[in-house]
Amino acid sequence: MARIIVVTSGKGGVGKTTTSAAIAMGLAKKGHKTAVIDFDVGLRNLDLILGCERRVVYDFINVINGEASLNQALIRDKNCNLLYILPASQTRDKEALTQEGVGKVLDELSKDFEYIVCDSPAGIEKGANLALYFADDAFVVTNPEISSVRDSDRMLGILSSKSRRAERGEEPIKEYLLLTRYDPDRVKNGEMLSLDDVQEILSLQLLGIIPESKSVLTASNAGVPVILDEKSEAGQAYADIVSRYLGEDRPHRFIESKKGFFSKLFGGKK
Amino acid sequence: MSLLDYFRLSKPKTAPLAKERLQILVAHERSYRNQPSYLPQLQQELLEVIRKYVNVEQNAISVNFEQDENQETLEVNIVLPERHSPTDKGVTVNE
Repeated sequence: MARIIVVTSGKGGVGKTTTSAAIAMGLAKKGHKTAVIDFDVGLRNLDLILGCERRVVYDFINVINGEASLNQALIRDKNCNLLYILPASQTRDKEALTQEGVGKVLDELSKDFEYIVCDSPAGIEKGANLALYFADDAFVVTNPEISSVRDSDRMLGILSSKSRRAERGEEPIKEYLLLTRYDPDRVKNGEMLSLDDVQEILSLQLLGIIPESKSVLTASNAGVPVILDEKSEAGQAYADIVSRYLGEDRPHRFIESKKGFFSKLFGGKK
Repeated sequence: MSLLDYFRLSKPKTAPLAKERLQILVAHERSYRNQPSYLPQLQQELLEVIRKYVNVEQNAISVNFEQDENQETLEVNIVLPERHSPTDKGVTVNE
C-alpha cells in the first residue's frame, strides 16, 4: 500500500512543481519506488522540470478514460529507475479529471509503488481538490510572503474538511510545512517574514526550509530536479527534507545567514 | 547588504507590518471557515419571513455561528425598526 503525498499551496509560483520533482526524486534515490503525478491538466510542467517532456506519449487523462494503460503512460525517469512520472494532459479540459477516475489510478499505482507524489495545481478548483482528496500526507509549500501564507492557511482548512480522510472520519491528513525561497539576510533586516512569524500563524510541523537559490532556475533550465545538484543549498535542503520525512534526524539548516564578514561588506552573491 | 548600505538611512522594517496584517486577516477568515454553508440562505429566508410582518432593512438581521468544544450556537439577531418598540429592539434566538 503506497503512501500518498500531496504537494499543495493554494498560491501559484511558490515552488510546488520544483518540490514535487525534488522529493519524488529524493524518495526514489533512497530506494523507494515512487510515482509522481501532475494534476495540472492543461498546464503541465512537471515533465519539463524532470526533463522528460519529449517522452510523453500518453497522459493521466488517457489512463482515466481507458485510452491507455497505466504502464503505457508512466515514464521511467532517466536518472533513477525507481522514479516514474505520470504527466498531465496538455490538451484536455480539467473536467476530464473525475474523483472516481483519479481514485482508480491511485489504487492501481498503490499496488506497485511505495510513494505517490501528487503535484497539485494552484488554486482551489477541481484539480487541486482531487490532488489532495486521497492524500495521507500534505506538503504545504509556502513562501515567507503574506499572500502565500494566507493561501496556505486556506489550504489547511480545505485539507481538514474536503479530503477523503475527513469525509470518512479517519485520522486527518498529516500536514507539513516547507518554507521555500527563504532569504535569511532579508529576514534579519526585517524585510521578510521569519520562520517564527510564519509558524505563529500556520503552526505546522516544519519539514524544512529551502533557501532562495539560483540553482533552482539552473536545474529547471536543464530539466534535472534540483535535489540532484548536491552542491547547491536548495539541493541539500530538499535532501534533508526527504530524510526527515523518512524519520531520520536532521537538524534544520538555512535559517540563519551564513555570510562572512567580507561578503557582508562587499555585498557577496549567493 | 553592502558597505554602502551602512551609510544609508535605515529602511523601515516591513516584516512586522506584514505579520500583523496576516494575523488579523487569518483570524477573521478562520472564523468563517467552520460555518455551515447554509448560513447565507438561512439569513435570506429568515429575512423574507420577517418582512411578511415587519418592514425591516436588509442589514437588520445577523446570523452568527459559533463553535466550542461542547456545543454549536446559532445566534440570530434581528433589529426591529424604532417605531415598533421604543425600548427593546433586539430579539435573540439561541439554538
